[in-house]
Amino acid sequence: MAMHNPAHQAPAASTAGPPAIEVRNLHKSFGEVEVLKGIDFHVDQGEVVCVIGPSGSGKSTLLRCVNRLEEPTSGTVLVEGVDITDPETDLDLVRTRIGMVFQQFNLFPHLSVLRNLTLAQQRAKKRGKAEAVEIARKNLAKVGLAHKEDAFPAQLSGGQQQRVAIARALSMNPDMMLFDEPTSALDPELVGDVLEVMRQLADEGMTMMVVTHEMGFAREVGDRLVFMDGGVVVEQGDPREVLGNPQHERTQAFLSKVL
Amino acid sequence: MRTDSGTVPGTAPATMPGPAGRPRMKASTRRRLFRGVLYAVFVLAVLLVGFLADWQAIRTNFLDLDVAREMFPEIVVTAVKNTVIYTVIAFIGGLALGLILALMKLSPVGPYRWVATAYIELFRGLPALLVIFGFAFAVPIAFNWRPPGGSAGAGLIALIIVSAAYIAETIRAGIQAVPPGQVEAARSLGMTPAWTMVSVVLPQAFRIVTPPLTNELVILIKDTSLLFIAGMALGDRELTTFARDAVSQQANATPLVVAALMYLIITLPLTRLVAWLERHNKRGR
Ligand SMILES: Nc1ncnc2c1ncn2[C@@H]1O[C@H](COP(=O)(O)OP(=O)(O)O)[C@@H](O)[C@H]1O
Ligand SMILES: [Mg+2]
Repeated sequence: MAMHNPAHQAPAASTAGPPAIEVRNLHKSFGEVEVLKGIDFHVDQGEVVCVIGPSGSGKSTLLRCVNRLEEPTSGTVLVEGVDITDPETDLDLVRTRIGMVFQQFNLFPHLSVLRNLTLAQQRAKKRGKAEAVEIARKNLAKVGLAHKEDAFPAQLSGGQQQRVAIARALSMNPDMMLFDEPTSALDPELVGDVLEVMRQLADEGMTMMVVTHEMGFAREVGDRLVFMDGGVVVEQGDPREVLGNPQHERTQAFLSKVL
Repeated sequence: MRTDSGTVPGTAPATMPGPAGRPRMKASTRRRLFRGVLYAVFVLAVLLVGFLADWQAIRTNFLDLDVAREMFPEIVVTAVKNTVIYTVIAFIGGLALGLILALMKLSPVGPYRWVATAYIELFRGLPALLVIFGFAFAVPIAFNWRPPGGSAGAGLIALIIVSAAYIAETIRAGIQAVPPGQVEAARSLGMTPAWTMVSVVLPQAFRIVTPPLTNELVILIKDTSLLFIAGMALGDRELTTFARDAVSQQANATPLVVAALMYLIITLPLTRLVAWLERHNKRGR
């Protein structure tokens, strides 16, 4: 099995083993409406790939196909070389290796912060309680919320909730993290704390796929930037290149609106 | 156009004559007058009932203190106790069966869904009295079955079966009210559908349906009175059966009033609790 090296890796050096995520000719339709129209996409191990694009362009759908929260209509999705559309694949096992962070946090409101972090460790990873608590505390400290372990989600600000959600995903010791607009539901003054945690994760070498509207984050933290529009990847490359000198006219039109 | 102050063009001030030339009342005056009429109607209705009632007859037939005194302590140690026991058994049984039915109704497996739907529609469509009667008398004959606990036990099983149909619909609605993001979060962490249901969905669903479930409980307390149709041994009698027997023994209707008070003592705190829970829930989220 491909092991993930937690030390920071330069993108150029990430050729060992299969890509963390590889998507080939992915199509996805909701009823009559085709939302993804043949996507080819990959994230190498240790790479941080940011995905931008107008609302409704299919960014979330692509992200959700990676851990099969959405069922692809056709095409291949490989996670660490394993075809997750294969009915033989143990999907729950693969999912424990893919952390996911949602726009709306989706913390479990009936459970304390600590229990939010230990539940899936015990239920899905079959860890003992003591071990789960220890790992949870370590990750809470990492996102700067060690003092909140007894709080309930409703008692936290949006920014704190999202950091708890990140800590919850990290507590499964995933090989990669998916972020779906993690700061879009936050008040502007709370965005920075969350981005800081994500930046720290990237520095530690975490493989990350980030759907975002934060162009600053994409430029400074991302190894590669992917621009999607109308269910296709229109343009991708080095973030500074794509943001500073977009080649495609749809990219130019989009960036002129958001920058 | 000026819209910041003064009269808005096109709408007449409230005291100007209306289309018929009649001076129009101010809205607040009209509201006060309307409320006054409502109060007057209410007072008249109370007075009318007071005049029409035959107070002498009521006192001797319904409020005979000697008859009432005679019912104690039996009405509490037997009848109220049995009513509470029957309610608790029927509620717990209905909850367990209702949960299974709700999960069946939401199952991806077709036959489970069909069975649950048929069951729920059937028992919500039948009068509870008829089902109790059937279980106490028809089913034992048809299946050569001796119900545990005699006919009271058979009636209780019927009550469980009927309440499960209503409770199943309540629980199903609660499960569906849990935001889909909760399931997605649990599944994305690698939790199985079963663990997701048990640890994430059901705790939230039950919190959502606590007020309607408490309502079910209140309805169930009253429905235990239908068990009288099953016919019961003396020690098994619940409140209504007990009161009916007392009425025929004493040739006086006071036991009905006492039983009614007993029901209210049990149900009123619960209905207040439901109201409180509903207010509390609304504020909580
Ligand atoms: N469950 C669904 N059912 C039907 N249509 C959907 C569903 N999810 C997304 N869509 C549609 O797919 C398109 C792409 O959605 P999405 O991937 O969320 O875009 P983005 O994240 O880029 O804003 C949108 O037009 C959206 O309305
Ligand atoms: Mg989206």
